[in-house]
Amino acid sequence: MDDLLREFLTETNESLDTVDVELVKFEQEPNNARILDNIFRLVHTIKGTCGFLGLPRLEALAHAAETLMGKFREGAAVTEEAVSLVLQTIDRIKGILAELEANEGEEPKGEDRDLISLLEAMSMAEAAPRKEPPKKEKKETAGTLVAQVLERELRPGEVSLDELERAFRETAVEVEIATDEPPAEEAPVGIDFARVAAEIEARMKQASPDGKEEKAKASAEDGEGEAKSEKGSVSSQSIRVNVETLEHLMTMVSELVLTRNQLLEIVRRHEDSEFKVPLQRLSNVTAELQEGVMKTRMQPIGNAWQKLPRIVRDLAQELGKQIELEMVGADTELDRQVLELIKDPLTHMVRNSADHGLERPDDRRKAGKTEKGTIRLAAYHEGGHIIIEIADDGRGLSLERIRQKIIENGLATEAELEKMSEGQIYKHIFAPGFSTAAKVTSVSGRGVGMDVVRTNIETIGGTVDLKSVQGKGTTFTIKIPLTLAIVSTLIVESCGDRFAIPQLSVVELVRVQNNSEHRIERIKDTPVLRLRNKLLPLVPLAGLLKVEMSAEKSEDEGFIVVMQVGNVTFGLVVDGVFHTEEIVVKPMSKMLRHITMFSGNTILGDGSVIMIVDPNGVASAIGTAVATDTLDSHADADAARGIDNDAKISMLLFRAGSPEPKAVPLSLVTRLEEFEIEKIEHSNGRDLVQYRGSLMPLVYPNYDVRRREEGTQPMLVFSDSGRSMGLVVDEIVDIVEESLNIQVGSDVPGVLGSAVIKGKATEILDIGHYLPLAFEDWFKRKEISSAALTRKLLFIDDSAFFRNMLGPVMKAAGFDVTICASATEAMRLLGEGAAFDVIVSDIEMPVVNGFEFAEMLRRDARFRETPIIALSALCTPASIERGRQSGFDEYVAKFDRPGLIAALKEISAADYGIAA
Amino acid sequence: MTATSHTPGAAANDSLSGQIQYVTVFIGGQLFGLPIHKVHDVFVPESMTRVPLSAPEVAGVLNLRGRIVTAINMRRRLGLPQREGNHGIMAVGIEYRGESYGLIIDEVGEVLNLDAAGREANPANLDPRWAEISGGVHRLSGQLMVILDVERVLGRMQGDMAA
Repeated sequence: MDDLLREFLTETNESLDTVDVELVKFEQEPNNARILDNIFRLVHTIKGTCGFLGLPRLEALAHAAETLMGKFREGAAVTEEAVSLVLQTIDRIKGILAELEANEGEEPKGEDRDLISLLEAMSMAEAAPRKEPPKKEKKETAGTLVAQVLERELRPGEVSLDELERAFRETAVEVEIATDEPPAEEAPVGIDFARVAAEIEARMKQASPDGKEEKAKASAEDGEGEAKSEKGSVSSQSIRVNVETLEHLMTMVSELVLTRNQLLEIVRRHEDSEFKVPLQRLSNVTAELQEGVMKTRMQPIGNAWQKLPRIVRDLAQELGKQIELEMVGADTELDRQVLELIKDPLTHMVRNSADHGLERPDDRRKAGKTEKGTIRLAAYHEGGHIIIEIADDGRGLSLERIRQKIIENGLATEAELEKMSEGQIYKHIFAPGFSTAAKVTSVSGRGVGMDVVRTNIETIGGTVDLKSVQGKGTTFTIKIPLTLAIVSTLIVESCGDRFAIPQLSVVELVRVQNNSEHRIERIKDTPVLRLRNKLLPLVPLAGLLKVEMSAEKSEDEGFIVVMQVGNVTFGLVVDGVFHTEEIVVKPMSKMLRHITMFSGNTILGDGSVIMIVDPNGVASAIGTAVATDTLDSHADADAARGIDNDAKISMLLFRAGSPEPKAVPLSLVTRLEEFEIEKIEHSNGRDLVQYRGSLMPLVYPNYDVRRREEGTQPMLVFSDSGRSMGLVVDEIVDIVEESLNIQVGSDVPGVLGSAVIKGKATEILDIGHYLPLAFEDWFKRKEISSAALTRKLLFIDDSAFFRNMLGPVMKAAGFDVTICASATEAMRLLGEGAAFDVIVSDIEMPVVNGFEFAEMLRRDARFRETPIIALSALCTPASIERGRQSGFDEYVAKFDRPGLIAALKEISAADYGIAA
Repeated sequence: MTATSHTPGAAANDSLSGQIQYVTVFIGGQLFGLPIHKVHDVFVPESMTRVPLSAPEVAGVLNLRGRIVTAINMRRRLGLPQREGNHGIMAVGIEYRGESYGLIIDEVGEVLNLDAAGREANPANLDPRWAEISGGVHRLSGQLMVILDVERVLGRMQGDMAA
C-alpha cells in the first residue's frame, strides 16, 4: 500500500469519527450552520480525495451523502431519518475503508445502490418543499461553495500534488480554509462539464441564500475564530509518529530508568563517590526524558469518548428514550495505553446507563423528572490519578433486588448481608455471577458484563466504585493511574522479604511501638490502631502472605502502611520501610498470576527481583470483615445507620424475677423510684401507689418478682402525659452504654429478645407490651380512643431493633401498624395502592433515606396530605430543618417515645378535628 | 521420535540422524535427560526472591540478565526430599510459552546423543508424579535416563494454577 493511500486512510478515518460526532450534534441543533459546514466540508474532502485516488465506490457514496447535506444547507428540514441515513452511509464508508486497508488498497467489490438511491430519494424529498425542479437536484452537487465553483472554472482539470496534499491537510478542522481557499475538490479526474454547468446554474439560483449563509457562517465563526486558528497552528507544528516508535522509545526510557536506579544504588553504597554529581545530572535528565516521553503518549480522554454521542443517539432511538450526553473534561490527558484499555469499559458503562439506568420518558414523567434523561461523563485529574465519572439521573440500583440476587447466587449469606454497608452490597454487581443470567439485567437493572468492566479497569491498576440512590440515579467513579509503565512504589520489608507497594494507594505511614502514642491494640485477636479518632483495622503483611513470622520479633512494633483502596482503608503491618523507588512493572509468570496479592514484579536497582503488592488484592483478601467506610461523606448517616450493630445505647440493667439481668433502653424510662412497701396499696385486684397526686398502677414483669414485705420496692416509672406506670423490679443493677444487638429473638410476650450486655446474655424487655397492662387504654384515650378511629400507620425503619421496639408502642397507641424494613419496600407497598393515615419513617436508612423518601412522597399528589413523622437518632437543628424541607410534619428523636406518641396524637387529633 | 519433539527444528534433526541430543541432569540421584533444543542455558541461581502464596514447587523468582525467571524446585516437583547439606545449586533455563523458567536441579551431567528408537515407554508401575512428567526412559549402560518432558513439567503447573 503506498504512503498516499495510508495517509488517506488515517485521515479519513479521523474525519469520519468527527463527522459522527458532529452529525449527532447537528441533529440536536439543526440551525447551527457552523456544524453543518463542518460536516459538509469533511464529507466533501473525502469525496474529492476518493475521486483522485480512483476509489469510485467511496466517491459515489460520499457524493450522495454530500448532496443530501447540501439540501440541509439550503434549509431543508433536518429529520431523524435523514441523519440516520447519513450516519448509515458513513458506516458503510468506514466498512469499505476497513476492507481497503485489509486489501492493501484495493477497493472492495460491491454495490451501494441501495444506500445511494435512498440518499437520492431523501434529497429529492427534502428538496420538494422548496419547489425546485427535481431533475436538477439530482445533477448538482448542490450547496457546493460558490468559491469552489469559481475555482473550478479558473483551473479546470488541474490537479497538482500540492493540492492533493492540501486536501489531506484540510481534513484537520480548519474552517477558514473551507471558505477562503476551497479544498481541492477538482480532484475528479475527468471534469464533467455538464455538472459544472448545472452547478453554475444552481449557484445563480441560490445566489442570495448562499450569500446570506456565508455571512451567517462568518458571524458564527467569529466566536470560534481564535480557538480555531490556534488549533490550526498547533496542527501545522505537529507530525505523525508511528505508535510503535513511541512504544519502543518508552521501553528504552523504562530501561534507562532501571539502569539509573542501579547506578544510584551503587553510589548509595559508596559515600564519597566522584560519580555522585554526574549521576545526579543523569538522574535529572532521565527524569525529564521520562516525563517528555510520557507526554508523547498522552492523549485527551475525549478520544475515547468520540464514539459515544453516536452510540447514545442510536441507543436512544432504539430504546425510545430521550438521552442527553454531557461530556466534561474531554481534554483531560492520559496515557494512550490506558486510554485504549478503558475505551471499551467506558462504552459499556455508558451503554448500560442508557439501557438500564435511564427510564423511559413516561416513567420519568411519573417519577417527576424531565423526560430527557442525562448521562454525564466527567474526567479530571486528582493526584496521580484520572477520575472518570459516569453518572445518570435514572432510576438507580435496587438494593433489595441486589440483595436477593446475592443470596440466590450464594455470594453471601443473609447474615453477612446484614453487616454490609450499602456500598458493599452495590459492589456485588461487579461480581461475575451477576452478569450471566439474562434475567438479571431486567431484575437488577445493571449487570451484564460489569465484572468484565471491573476486571479491565483493575488490570490497569484502577478501581471502580459506584454510588446509587434509588430514583435519583447511579454514579460510577473510575479511578485510574495516569500511566502504567512506571509506578512509584514504597519498598517495605516483612519477615526478611522485601515488597513494593504502589504509592498511589498509600495514604500515610505510622510507626508503632509499645510505649509510643501509636500502639497496636487488640479486640480479641484482631489488631487495630487508633488513628485520629478512628479505629483502623490492621493486617500484618506477613499474615496475609502466610509467611511464618519469626518468633523474636515483637508483633507490636513496626510500621503501619495506611492504605486506601476504593473506600476501604486499612493498615498493613510491616517490619520495615525503606525508600521509594520508581519501578517498571513487569508481568508475573503465568504460574504466579493466580496470586491476587501481587500485581506484578520488577527488578530493583540492586538487581534483585521484588514482588509488587496489589492493593486491590489485599483489600479483597481482608474482605468485608474489616472494611470501613471512612470515605463516605455521609458520615452522620453512617454512624446512625449502624445502630443495629455499633451505635451505643444507654441501657438500664436490672433484675426481676430471675438472677439473669434484664434491660430496657434508658431513654424510655421516665425515672427510677423506690417506694416504701406501706405505700403500695391494693385496689380492684391491682397494686397501686399514689404518685404525684394520682394513682400509678404497678406492673410485674413476671410472677417471680419478689414482692417485698418491708423496706422499699424499686421500680421503673414510665410516664406519658400525666399517666404513669411502675414496673416492679427486684434490683436496679447498672446503667451501661453498649451497642445493642439483639441476637436471639423471643416469642415470650414482653421480651424483645436477648443481647449480650457486659458480657452476659441479657433479656431486653418490650415496654410496649407492659404499657397497656397498666392502662388498657394506655394510648387510646381522649380523641383517639374511638375504635372507629383505628388508623392505619406505616412504619419504616431499617433497624430490626426499632421495628421491634416501636412497632408495638404504636400499635398500643391505637394504630393499625404496617412495618417496612426499607423505604423501597414501603414505596412498593404504596405503589400497590395501600393507603395509610400516618407514615412514620426512620431517617438514616440505606438506599433511600428518610429525607428522600419524604420528598418522593410529597411529589405525589396522593400523599401530599398524609402526615409524615421523621424518626431520627440525629436531632440537630440542621437535620430538623432538612426534615421540614423534605416535607416531614414532625421530627422526633428515636428514643423520644413520648414525643413520638405526642406527635402521633397531635396529628391524629388535627385530622380528626378536620374530619369532624 | 519422542513425544516431546514437536518443534520443526527438532524434527529435522531427528529425521536426519534418528538421534536426539539430551542435556542430562541429576535430581535426587536419578539421571534425567532434557532434549537439548529445549534448554536455553544452564546457570547458577543467585539471590532468589521467595514468592509467598505460590505453589510449593515454585522456588522463587530471580533476575537473570535483566529477565525475571521463575525458578521451579524440581525435587519438590518430583516429590523428593529436600537436599541435605550445603551444595551449590544449578538451574536449567527454559523458555516456555514466552516466559523464562529455571528448573533447579542438583547437578548437570554431560550431553548425550541417543538413538530415538531406543526410547521406551514409562514402566506401568512408575510413581504417578513421575509418570506425569516423564516422556519415556532410555536404557543406558549402568543406569536409566528418564526423559523430562518440559511441556508437562510446566504445562501441568500452569494448568493447575488456572483451575
